[in-house]
Amino acid sequence: MKIKSMAEYAANGENPEVLFWVGCAGSFDQRAQKITKAFAQILDKVGVQFAILGKEEKCTGDPARRAGNEFLFQMMAYNNIQTLNGYGVKKIVTACPHCFNILKNEYPELGGNYEVIHHTTFLQQLINDGRVRLKEGGDFKGKKITYHDSCYLGRGNNIYEAPREVLQALDVELVEMKRCRTNGLCCGAGGAQMFKEEEKGDTRINFERSAEAIDTGATIIAANCPFCTTMLTDGVKNKEKEDSVMVMDIAEMVARSLAD
Amino acid sequence: MHLIQQLLFILFAGAAIYFFAKKVGEIRRNIKLGRDEDRTDNSSARWRNVLLQAFGQKKMFKKPTPAILHFFVYAGFIIINIEILEIFLDGILGKHRMFVPMLGGLYSFLIGFFEILGALVLISCLIFLVRRNILHVKRLSQHELDGWPKTDANLILITEVVLMSLFLTMNTADQVLQSRGVEHYVVTEPFWITSNFTSMLSGMSTGSLIALERSCWWLHIVGVFLFLNYLPYSKHLHIVLAFPNAYYTRLDPQGEMSNMKEIQNEVLYMMQPELAPAADPNQPQQHRFGAKDVMDLSWKNLMDAYSCTECGRCTASCPANITGKKLSPRKIMMDTRDRLEEVGKNVDKNKSFVDDGKSLVHDYITVEELRACTTCQACVEACPVGIEPLSIINQLRRYLVMEESNSPQEWNLMFGNVENNMAPWKFSPDERDRWAEEISA
Repeated sequence: MKIKSMAEYAANGENPEVLFWVGCAGSFDQRAQKITKAFAQILDKVGVQFAILGKEEKCTGDPARRAGNEFLFQMMAYNNIQTLNGYGVKKIVTACPHCFNILKNEYPELGGNYEVIHHTTFLQQLINDGRVRLKEGGDFKGKKITYHDSCYLGRGNNIYEAPREVLQALDVELVEMKRCRTNGLCCGAGGAQMFKEEEKGDTRINFERSAEAIDTGATIIAANCPFCTTMLTDGVKNKEKEDSVMVMDIAEMVARSLAD
Repeated sequence: MHLIQQLLFILFAGAAIYFFAKKVGEIRRNIKLGRDEDRTDNSSARWRNVLLQAFGQKKMFKKPTPAILHFFVYAGFIIINIEILEIFLDGILGKHRMFVPMLGGLYSFLIGFFEILGALVLISCLIFLVRRNILHVKRLSQHELDGWPKTDANLILITEVVLMSLFLTMNTADQVLQSRGVEHYVVTEPFWITSNFTSMLSGMSTGSLIALERSCWWLHIVGVFLFLNYLPYSKHLHIVLAFPNAYYTRLDPQGEMSNMKEIQNEVLYMMQPELAPAADPNQPQQHRFGAKDVMDLSWKNLMDAYSCTECGRCTASCPANITGKKLSPRKIMMDTRDRLEEVGKNVDKNKSFVDDGKSLVHDYITVEELRACTTCQACVEACPVGIEPLSIINQLRRYLVMEESNSPQEWNLMFGNVENNMAPWKFSPDERDRWAEEISA
């Protein structure tokens, strides 16, 4: 499988169906790279013509903006919008809800107007359109699985159902945590917390959330965000449950369930 | 005698309205100390929020028990005000139950309905007192409420209990007086609730009954006037501001952070100097970046602060607070209001604000609180009246980072990485598509 960049498409005078915005976590973080690869494999398998920006992609500026550094955010946004507009990008899919939120809601005011889709919504559409076909009786059929709403997909953008519909398509037994959907509890990474030590408190936010997820009795915690995945994995390890409870991105679950 | 009562009433009502209006003017002035922000677009969506959130109390129903009790108090408050209108007109015109001849049979129906509401308000407020003082519901007994905020809450509830008791006692006495055919006491159909309690007062002499009925009438209406003037000093002001606050609440997706146009332009002119406008000496002076004090916040942030009734739904849903960090979104709102009141007094005294060496950040809200926020928007989602604590937190953070260069070392490293390596971690930009090479191989 060959992953082409926007530059390669442009060199041939072509335009892909969609740009896959990988994001920094998806590009560099070892755990998140697996999600990236899983999603790319799905797209490749079902024949979605996609490109990445490759070395031309830069941080959206999200952690800088949320920490309070508007200058740095504006610099990053300016450069990214120049690149995206230069290629005439119309449609973007991303596996990171932070990138999704900022590209969808915060770039338009700065001159970057694209149709932006989160990968869970994209997967749901591919399943509904019959482009993604799933195995009968796949790995997750009947398994007890809980779903963690990320803040920037859920409350931030009101997307609660698409990821759940994908899980339903996998025939899982979905068990909800008490704090779900609009009441979902943060994993603790947002607002640039990922990049600093937590402030002093009684416990860590990811410990609190992971404990809640483990208490559902689920064997898999399904996530939609590379940061949530990291935070929840750490939380599960803290409870010494890493042998019985896995944290997986929805794309990884779909990739493992594709029909031949 | 009647004339004196009438004069007294008019004097009292006039004073109550005058002082209330004066204080409302001050609050309006204080809110306008904030920065301009346009919140007038899309009025249909805004009216929808007023109907659903303010009138319909949609978000309250996430917690059904307090929501139902609160709905009784709220419905009672709005609907019983029709009765206050009669009391008010009776007071000015020296009449007694002047709506009886106009409404006939409907009158007793209405009063009966008001009595049911009144009783529900009374019971609900008693349950609220129990929740606060005996059950100690967590969000109603957290630290930031110590002292005045707790007293404020109890005063409000006790006042409502007293007002409703006076209203019901007045009606009971009135009906005994009606049955005795006492002059002025127009005969009505029995009122639904109080008609069942007339036997309790039937042993009293007509003179004492009149005294009781009049005392209740006066105490009730004077209580209402005093309560009106207590509102602007209390968290209870939400009964007024919840409505405009729901109208002006933000309509953008909650995940969207507000843009800073001045910085956007600065970056644009740096990258494309040909677009920069010629220096204009008349250009308005630059604001400071972010917010250090209440005047740097938008007027809507300040209206939020006055609309907050300290219910603590925000704090109860805040992941930082739940895990024992110092941050409490409710405290952010309370601090903003307290500081704004202080600034308002400063303006009253000095005509315009004179630096008092204090500011919202540091003196009221600490850096530790601000740094604990994950921007998860749970506080915004939880607020029944459309308050956005996160908006204030974000602006204070912007001030800390851009004006004070006050950020933790790890954030400085992250900023450096984003700037130099185009990613928040120290990886080479050349490695960005390594995963794609691996997958291709």
